[in-house]
Amino acid sequence: MSIAIEKHKCVGCGRCTEVCPGNLLQMRNRKAAIRDVRDCWGCTACVKECPRKAIYYYLAADLGGRGGRLYAENNEKEIKWQMQWPDGSKEEIVTAKQEANQY
Amino acid sequence: MNVREEQADILLIGGGAAGCYAALTLGEKHPELNVLLVDKANIKRSGCLAAGVNALNAYITPGHTPQDYVDYAKEDAAGIVREDLLLSMSEGLNDVTAKLEKLGLVIQKNPDGSYAARGWRNIKINGENIKPILAKAVLDQSNVNVRNHVNIVDYLVVDGKVCGAWGLDLKQEEIVLFIAKAVICATGGAAGLYQPNHPGTSRHKMWYSPFNTGAGYAMGLRAGAEMTTFEMRFIALRCKGTIAPTGTIAQGVGVPQVNSRGEKYQGKYGNTTAQRLWAVVRENLSGNGPCYLATRGISPEQAAALERAYLNMAPAQTLFWRESGLSPQEFDVEIEGSEPYVVGGHTASGYWIGADRSTTLAGLFAAGDVAGGCPQKYVTGAFVEGEIAAESAAKFAAEAAPKMDLTVIKDTISKQVQHFSGADTETPYTAERLEEAMQQAMDEYAGGIKSHYGYSESSLKIARRHIERLQGLSDNLRAADAYGMLKIFELRERLLVCQALLAHLAARKETRWPGFAEHLDYPEMRDEFKVFINSRLEQGEIKIIRRPLAAALEEAVS
Ligand SMILES: Cc1cc2nc3c(=O)[nH]c(=O)nc-3n(C[C@H](O)[C@H](O)[C@H](O)COP(=O)(O)OP(=O)(O)OC[C@H]3O[C@@H](n4cnc5c(N)ncnc54)[C@H](O)[C@@H]3O)c2cc1C
Ligand code: SF4
Ligand code: SF4
Repeated sequence: MSIAIEKHKCVGCGRCTEVCPGNLLQMRNRKAAIRDVRDCWGCTACVKECPRKAIYYYLAADLGGRGGRLYAENNEKEIKWQMQWPDGSKEEIVTAKQEANQY
Repeated sequence: MNVREEQADILLIGGGAAGCYAALTLGEKHPELNVLLVDKANIKRSGCLAAGVNALNAYITPGHTPQDYVDYAKEDAAGIVREDLLLSMSEGLNDVTAKLEKLGLVIQKNPDGSYAARGWRNIKINGENIKPILAKAVLDQSNVNVRNHVNIVDYLVVDGKVCGAWGLDLKQEEIVLFIAKAVICATGGAAGLYQPNHPGTSRHKMWYSPFNTGAGYAMGLRAGAEMTTFEMRFIALRCKGTIAPTGTIAQGVGVPQVNSRGEKYQGKYGNTTAQRLWAVVRENLSGNGPCYLATRGISPEQAAALERAYLNMAPAQTLFWRESGLSPQEFDVEIEGSEPYVVGGHTASGYWIGADRSTTLAGLFAAGDVAGGCPQKYVTGAFVEGEIAAESAAKFAAEAAPKMDLTVIKDTISKQVQHFSGADTETPYTAERLEEAMQQAMDEYAGGIKSHYGYSESSLKIARRHIERLQGLSDNLRAADAYGMLKIFELRERLLVCQALLAHLAARKETRWPGFAEHLDYPEMRDEFKVFINSRLEQGEIKIIRRPLAAALEEAVS
């Protein structure tokens, strides 16, 4: 279970390194990098914090992952959770911040 | 490393649910006090609340009373609770909930304006941003200063009184001494003691925060504080692989557990939190596994609502459903037990405290998952304890601080840090390898997943020998920077928590919570164990203390 950083999208703002509850993200040569993917809890704090959608979350192979990527576009009103599959297709689920969980 | 000093009236260690709420209380009610809140990460997303929470699990709905909550928690813990602590916690649940709503937490309402309940003690919210909401409210307090990315290692103790703490600033690479008139510990519980469900790439895909390493327990033990009920471990029943919560489906949608033969087995085992887990363990051992939540046949609307609910707290589950094609509408959701944790917000493990949340050490208060005696606190209960501890610490701080000579203390700390610093080490071991060895020993010999949560007197002895061995080896570890040193200190605090846990497990010669802890030599509940098993570290050894259940306040703090 982990995240991956797409270096070409990272603008080096450092926001992800602030929010990781495990201090796992660092700046290396002005790009974000994770110390060790095995230490990631999968909380997605960094995914939601990144203004460039440069971080995605994925299920590791030992959790049944099939290469899907989960990105988040986070604004005041909602989070757009965008899933990208290995064949290039995409799906989106929107969670509204003013809407409580039904369950 | 450079040494920096900071002073405050009150030092809060850990800015999670309890610590942030304590800071908020001190900000709003005691503006005259100068408060420092220190967290190992950034309070915006630190601790258990990082990903968000699903619901407020502790709330008193109309028609119920705080005493009902006490009775429920007492039964769930088979009697081993401090009713005084549970009651003062329960009495505050609804006020802290109203406060959170005012701060911006979205809570679902019924047409008549009351909160929408999920069962009688649980309300529906959007908990994705509960931590950022809380953190913002703390940062708005003018008398509260926050120090993010500073990991506290130990208390400063002068003449038996806690006068502050010291830690490592992970970004500045500095040692920091915090001097205060009163200290509140709110560092959460301990994860990472046992081998997790997925020891490889996904080793940190666990239920509890892997970054809550039991620091507060370890610091307390080292300073001589009394601890209670470590042996009531918490083991979470979770969705297979993702370790996402099951309550959303079981209580939220309202579906039963079934085994692979399609049988509803729950009735055979009882319905306490431990028994629900035990049911799955037994079914698997009887060849009826895997076990599932019977979601097949739920409506498309229900499935879509579940997907959104999980995104708000455990996004892995939604991704898993979409990616695997195993949608909950068409397939039952497989479940499994996690590895054991020591966590006082779910069970009763932690500091032995008074009704005012004072510990047995003068000047030190505890709240949230690190505090014992009061299970089923969850997030709102942690808030209430933070509030009570804040008021008590404020009262304590009103007394003048004793003069203390920091020269000796500073020297000892520098030497300790010096001991573990260095690029070259003589040892072939690393903190990571020793952590794995610890988790493996606990798993095999102290009732982990592999041993179906069961242990015996002889297996506990073997575990103890391994922990002692690893404690010795950990002394030879060295690190070149603050983060590396953090890993060494985390390992050492986990090893100490394991040492205490093993002593507690050995001392309770019965099986009171099958599922959470099964003593194979004593498979029954025994009347003589209707007591608290408490402990203190004395000259490196865990000394066990038995205390009566109806322990009065004076006894608690004597
Ligand atoms: C995945 C998950 C889901 C949950 N879902 C729900 C839910 O839906 N509803 C509900 O009511 N409850 C839920 N809970 C329970 C709830 O989150 C906890 O009971 C609550 O957060 C406990 O508060 P705390 O302050 O004791 O610990 P935390 O909130 O974890 O805070 C501990 C803080 O201490 C800091 N810290 C730790 N060690 C140190 C150190 N050495 N130095 C400095 N800082 C340190 C950490 O960074 C952290 O910020 C959930 C828990 C988990 C793990
Ligand atoms: S998902 Fe969470 S734990 Fe993992 S790197 Fe991002 S912020 Fe850190
Ligand atoms: S938040 Fe995004 S853009 Fe900013 S440093 Fe991190 S990965 Fe790069």
